[in-house]
This record gives sequence, C-alpha cells and structure tokens, in this order.
Amino acid sequence: MTDQERAALTDRARRIRGHIIKMLAAAGSGHPGGSLSAVEILTFLYFRRMRYDPKNPQWPDRDRFVLSKGHAAPVLYATLAEAGFFPVETLTTLRRFGSILQGHPDMKKTPGVEMSTGSLGQGLSAANGMALAGKLDKKDYRVYVLLGDGEIEEGQIWEAAMTAVHYKLDNLTAFLDYNHLQIDGRIEEVKSNTDPVGRFRSFGWHVLEVDGHDFAALERAVDEAQATKGKPTMIVAHTVKGKGVSFMENQVGWHGTAPKPEEAQKALAELGLA
Amino acid sequence: MTGKPNQFILSQTLLELAKEDERVIALVCDSRFSAHLAEFAAVLPRQFIEVGIAEQNVVGIAAGLATCGKIPFVFTPAPFLSMRSAEQIKIDVAYSQTNVKLVGISGGVSYGALGTTHHSLQDLAVMRAIPGLPVVVPSDNRETALLVRELKEHRGPVYLRTGRGPVPDVHEAGFVPKLGKGCLLLPGIDLAIVVCGELVRAALDAGIFLHERGISARVVEIHTIKPLDEELILEAARETKAILTVEEHSVYGGLGSAVAELLVQNRLSIPMRILGIPDEPAIVGSQLEVFRYYGLTLEGIVAEALKLLGVDITDIKTDIKVKGA
Repeated sequence: MTDQERAALTDRARRIRGHIIKMLAAAGSGHPGGSLSAVEILTFLYFRRMRYDPKNPQWPDRDRFVLSKGHAAPVLYATLAEAGFFPVETLTTLRRFGSILQGHPDMKKTPGVEMSTGSLGQGLSAANGMALAGKLDKKDYRVYVLLGDGEIEEGQIWEAAMTAVHYKLDNLTAFLDYNHLQIDGRIEEVKSNTDPVGRFRSFGWHVLEVDGHDFAALERAVDEAQATKGKPTMIVAHTVKGKGVSFMENQVGWHGTAPKPEEAQKALAELGLA
Repeated sequence: MTGKPNQFILSQTLLELAKEDERVIALVCDSRFSAHLAEFAAVLPRQFIEVGIAEQNVVGIAAGLATCGKIPFVFTPAPFLSMRSAEQIKIDVAYSQTNVKLVGISGGVSYGALGTTHHSLQDLAVMRAIPGLPVVVPSDNRETALLVRELKEHRGPVYLRTGRGPVPDVHEAGFVPKLGKGCLLLPGIDLAIVVCGELVRAALDAGIFLHERGISARVVEIHTIKPLDEELILEAARETKAILTVEEHSVYGGLGSAVAELLVQNRLSIPMRILGIPDEPAIVGSQLEVFRYYGLTLEGIVAEALKLLGVDITDIKTDIKVKGA
C-alpha cells in the first residue's frame, strides 16, 4: 500500500465518519460508538478489497459483507453510499418514516445490504451459508462478516464458529470489532468474555490480531486470511469505541446516544469537516 | 401410495426433486435418520449439509444459502425448530423473505412418549404469528408428496409440519392439493368439522359415521393454516349450524383460533368448539394414546359434534363402542 493509497483511504474514512455524525444527529438517535470503531474495517473492505458492482447489487460473483452487529448500521449505510449503492443525500433520512435506512439493516430495503441483522448473534450463520454456497458452486467470491465483542456472548456465534471450521470455510473471513465496551459497561465487567483470540483458536479458526484502525495492518491480515487454506480466519481488530471523535472515544455512554447539534458540530470540526 | 409416515414420503420426494435440481439442499441437525434422509445424504452428498445439534445456526445457514440461489430444506424436530429457532425464522427467513423451506419433523405428539420437551403443540401458533411465513400441515402421503413439489417451485419461505408415524390415506388418486386452498372432503349442512394434519382421517370417518346416522356433517380439510382459505371456511359457517375444529395442537393459536378469528370478524356467530390439546403439559403416551385421552378420535369427534348440535349422545355413543372405533 503506497502512502498515497493510504492517504486516500484515510480521507474516505474521515468522510464516512462525517456521514455517521451527520446522519445520527439528523435522526436524533442511533449508535455512534460501535459505528465509529468499525470505520477503517469497512473502508478497507469496500475501497481496497471487495469485488462488487453498485449498479448490480445482486451480481452473483460479488464478495459479500454481513454486518452481524446490525446496530452499527450507520457505518454500513455511509460506506454503501460512498461506494455508490445509493445517493449520499439519502443518509440523513436515517430512521425516518418511510426511509430505506432503518435503525437496523433490512436487505429488502437497502441496496448492498446482504443480510437483515439487528438481533445479535445471527450474522455468522448466514455468512456460513453464503460461504458454503460459494464452495458448492465453485465460485471464488469471498464472504466477510463483522461481529461485535459484546455480540459474541450469544451462543449461536459458537454454533456457527464450529460449522465454519467443520466445513473448512476458508472463503470466510470474520472481523471482531474488539472495542471492549457494551451497553452496560466494559465487556469484562458484564461477562467474563476475555480472550476471544484463544477461544476462536481453540475452536479451530486461524486467528490474527491487528490494530483495527491501521489500513496496512488490515491489508496484511486480510491477505493472510485469503492465503490460509482449510480453515476460516478471525481477525481480532483492536479498536477504540467512538474512534475519531475525542469526546466519544472509549465512552460507554456513546454506545447508543446520538450527538446533539452542537456536539455534532464539534465532532465535525474535529474531523475537519465543519 | 399409502400408509407411510408423511416425513418419509416428504424426504423421498425431495430426493427425486434434488436429483433433478442441484439447487435443492437438505440441512439437518443430527436428524438425518429421523428425517429419513440417510439415503439422500448417501446419494447426493454435495446437496446435504449436516449442521449438528444447532437449530438456531441451521436456520441462518439456510438463509445464507438461499441468498445465493439455493433452495434449502431444513429438517429438524418441530418442537426445537419452531421454538428454539423462532427468532432466526422470524428474521433470517420470514422478514428477509429468503427461499427457505422449514420442515418441522415429528410434529404434534409424534414423540408422545418422550414428554413435553419433544411435543410440538405450539408450533402452529408461533409460526402463524410471524408475518410472511405460510404454515402447512399435510394429512396423508399423497398430499405431502404433492405439496412438497409445489413448495419447491413456490418462491418464498414456508413452515411445514410432518409427523413421525404412518398415516392412513385420506385422498383419492387424482387429488391435487393447492397451497392456500382447503379441501371439501364431505358435503353436509348440519355442522362443519374443520380439521388439519394427521387427524383428518379420524374427522372424515367421524363425518361419515354421522351421515350414516342422519346427521349431515361437512368435513373440511385445511392443510394451509396460513394463508387461510377464508372463503371455504366462511361458506361452511354460513351453510351449516355449528363449527367444530380438530387439530393436533394446543387449543390456543392454531387452526381453531384461526377459524374463530375469521368467523368473529365476519359477524358469523354460530356455536363453535375448538378440539385440541388443552392448555396443560400434554399427557405422555403414544400418539394414539394421547389422541384417545383428549378425545381426538372418531368417538371423541362424534361426541363433540353431537354436543354442539344439542343431540342426545347416549345411544349413539354405545353404537360407536360396538363399532370399535
């Protein structure tokens, strides 16, 4: 990755953060923390790695991305809009009556959304199904899925983790948005949910750890995932909840609270977008 | 085609369909033998996916496969599929309108002797409340085979319940069921017996028994609980004097509830009785023993029909016992 390419991705990520702030402020509700923590992961996938055609969202050979932590819908919508699936102007209709952008993604309403999510724990199973279909059809598309670190408290994740290993789904790459916070507090305080690296490894996954805000590191990890045969890869991405907006960073209170207009202005100013 | 378990017929039919169309995929949760899919797995291993004991996961996997153009059929016992996976069914299948066919095997009290954990007497209620999900309960082998063929071609999700034991024939050769359409099995004007699933034969026999004794019972089979064949049921309510519904399900939320909701909202106030499993953990025993205990038999159906019509049952009841129903 050249410095110029990295700078372009950084600028794209900054714009996506700006969209997230603006759309949440316009909606007056929503989830900034876990959207901001995943910006680089989605930016990298959609603008550096994935194969897709925004004019033909159902193209059978496209790579798939499943947002299992569906409450981070703003980062997905902002990314899809930047990628050309629908106009950027649509973003500020988030959560409005009749909008294609509801609080949690609906694959029937929003172009580019691969799976309806919002009830935690369900996306990895659907991603398994997509990866299995790719194997059956001998297609070379890849399936990506983003899990929350609170989300993996759900039992279904571990059912799905076993299936992905059993069927050697090396066309499946999962990311864990490891920002250490969930609604009720720090992950470790809510549940002894420690050592996701060790747990996925013990389930048979190829597990990597990266700085989830470093594009070069994400690229190396995804390259390694793609080169890893016979097993799925879990990229544990160390992230900061609320990343990019100083007063939101690492603050559990910003899990599900939208910025007020003056807070949004301050955030946009920090991002150099005011 | 006669006297086999409906789930055996379903799986045999699906094997034929899958040989012709590689989009058809069978998924199981350690349930290939109870679903009669061992042959399928051996003949078409690429179209068979074993997920292990993970009913939530299997529904999500099926939905993912469906988004890629597959036609997945999920086979797992109805009590677990309909309750443990209710949320996955609601979101990944019904709300997302993925082309997933959910087959609840060993439904009702098929596993009667195994206890409440293995009874599925709320599945129709739960599935019926989920928007966008048709609910189907076939009666006999012919109907099962033909409905499976139709469902494979029908684009969209469905919940279908089959039973574990052999079932008697109901329909003649040449009968072709249609999704969403009920079947008038016996015309009559005194009362209508509306029935689904593995109790259809008993209800039809009860209807014939009543006719032989001068009571004109209509028998209507509803294999598609949702969407309901409203016309056929409203017609039955308008043209007869009472409605008796019969089902292998809780008296709450199933066929009887669906019929009652329809009648009330169409200002049809006629005597009605919902015959099913009362609101209690069902008695434990074989399917037939459970049916007998709750009056889900020819004798029980006749008794309820006569009660509804206000006919003295004493003499006729003796007669039934003589006939050894």
